[in-house]
Amino acid sequence: MNKVKQKDLILYSGLIILGLAAPFLFSAFKVQLTYLCVLIVLAMTWNLQGGEMGYNSFGNILFYGLGMYLTASVQVGMFFPLAEWTESGGEKTFVHTTAQYFQGIGVGLLVAAIVPTIVAGAIGYAILGLRGHYFAICTLGLGIAAGEIAGGIEIIGAGQGFTTPPFPAEIVDPEARGQFFYFLSFLVLVLAFIFVKYIYGSRFRLILNAIRDNEDKAEAMGIQTMKYKIVGWMCSAFFCGLAGGIMGGLIGYIDSTDVAFDGREMGVFMVLMAILGGKGTLWGPIIGATLFHFFKEGLWTFILGWQYVALGVLIVVIVVYFPEGLMGWLREKYPERFGEVIDDKDRKAQVELK
Amino acid sequence: MDFLIFKAPMLMVQASLDGILLGILFALIAYGMALQWGVMNIINIAQGDLVILGGYIAYTMYLAGIHPAWGVIVSPIIMFFVGWALYKLVINKVVDRDLFISILATFGIAIVFQQLMNFIFGADVVVAQSGYGTTMLFDNSVTLPNSKIFSAVISVLYAIALVIYMKKSRLGRAIRATAQNARAAKILGVDTEKVYAATFGINAALCGIAGALISITLTLHPYVGLPYTVRSFMIVIVAGLGNLPAVAVSGMGLGLFEEFADYILGTEFRIGAVFMLLVFILVYRRFKLSKKREYLK
Repeated sequence: MNKVKQKDLILYSGLIILGLAAPFLFSAFKVQLTYLCVLIVLAMTWNLQGGEMGYNSFGNILFYGLGMYLTASVQVGMFFPLAEWTESGGEKTFVHTTAQYFQGIGVGLLVAAIVPTIVAGAIGYAILGLRGHYFAICTLGLGIAAGEIAGGIEIIGAGQGFTTPPFPAEIVDPEARGQFFYFLSFLVLVLAFIFVKYIYGSRFRLILNAIRDNEDKAEAMGIQTMKYKIVGWMCSAFFCGLAGGIMGGLIGYIDSTDVAFDGREMGVFMVLMAILGGKGTLWGPIIGATLFHFFKEGLWTFILGWQYVALGVLIVVIVVYFPEGLMGWLREKYPERFGEVIDDKDRKAQVELK
Repeated sequence: MDFLIFKAPMLMVQASLDGILLGILFALIAYGMALQWGVMNIINIAQGDLVILGGYIAYTMYLAGIHPAWGVIVSPIIMFFVGWALYKLVINKVVDRDLFISILATFGIAIVFQQLMNFIFGADVVVAQSGYGTTMLFDNSVTLPNSKIFSAVISVLYAIALVIYMKKSRLGRAIRATAQNARAAKILGVDTEKVYAATFGINAALCGIAGALISITLTLHPYVGLPYTVRSFMIVIVAGLGNLPAVAVSGMGLGLFEEFADYILGTEFRIGAVFMLLVFILVYRRFKLSKKREYLK
């Protein structure tokens, strides 16, 4: 037991050192690394309810977009009139000082984490009562409706978009912006990992798994399934909101359907990454997100213009031929590594069956 | 309430007529979705994109100098084979799997279709001119494009033809048998694989007809497929599977809702209203069902 813990310790400290050193080692790829962190957070928290709870949501993009708009709105609204900012050219009239910028983004991220969580809790009772594919379609509808509605609201820029406050000009170091956002996202990633890891060792995860495997029976066993489902969804929403807030600041421009409520990209990515790595495992979404990001960035430039076709084909291939994901495949191949004991009798019987 | 629509009652007549004619078209798409959902138990997110593809076939004919109305005959024939090929390539692998898998897989297909249409036909909003003119009613205060009337008539004709075909023909009987119990049908000698392929093909053909009609009545754009999917999904869950009159009625209801939402909320919220209605219907249904819920049957 002690040995395993030591191994874990080396692994985690190694990863953290790698994470901290990454922006200096690969300083040209800081933005990509930030993306990677955000993607991992999204995949990991999607997995919490999609993989563990069995409620496959297409609509977590709702919280992501909400967090993005909230961070930017708070960051602007704390110091300047929001409506004038979002009119064309407003970002040139008002300039954030350094202190204002960081205060704004701090409070903004806080709001971006809390409000989506509350929203998830508020709509959870109604939405999570839906089962299976009805839930999937309903959340798909929610995400798209949010994008369409946000695109019609004047004060947050409507169809012409919302420019988030530019990084303060007083900081002259050209590396500073990238490093700031990278470390911010890395911090969220570490927090998310600790949180998910904690859940994986807790009773909560077992309850979520019980809900996934058979909700009626779980209820019959005396578990208040609705309560746990809502809490599970709120956990996802919390981190989605944070991730959205960071991405809004990084991209610097929010469009209602192409950046914030981007169901066609981010919304699908998080599902795809979790499935690629393996639903219902701790490391699956992390590996899936990393692989997916490398694949995407490596391939996108070579097939410019065809990337969505490639994405669609990729979805079909992964879902149809590889639904268990990487971890599921490994698990089938090396069950011992995952702590599953198989009797020799069983194995023989299986061989005979084949 | 100072909405324009309540001040001018004629606008209400206009919206109602538009809504009903549009709704018949939606009902045709929804019927295809109900067919494949009932028979194959998959939800096809690419439904709307099949519709748009069908529309682009008619549009291509229009560009080639043929009247786009002929699209209602050509487009379903081409789309039937598109659907058949799609079934053989992807759908047959997801038929008896988890519904979520079919949703994701067809979502992937939808993305591919959207992008390919974007390459081939461009990202502009296009419309095929039918040149049918408009009918003026009530002292010219209500205008009704003849193409909308044409599309409603064609939709009804095709729906009736399909119902008769499903009742009378051998394939129709096989499809209905498979929908009732696929295993039993298989035992009794129905080639279910072929039935599934035919069902998906017929669904795609229905989408093709609807698309051709949309190309002359509304507009086409590579990325507007998803709202059609959601509309047909909504109609099917309200009407239930295999209940054609209910599909027609709820289709018209949806059309009415959309036209009135358009006037009251404004055009920019039209698609948003459709998606919110979907959420609302699902949540309403969930509360209604949970009242008569039984535990552990």
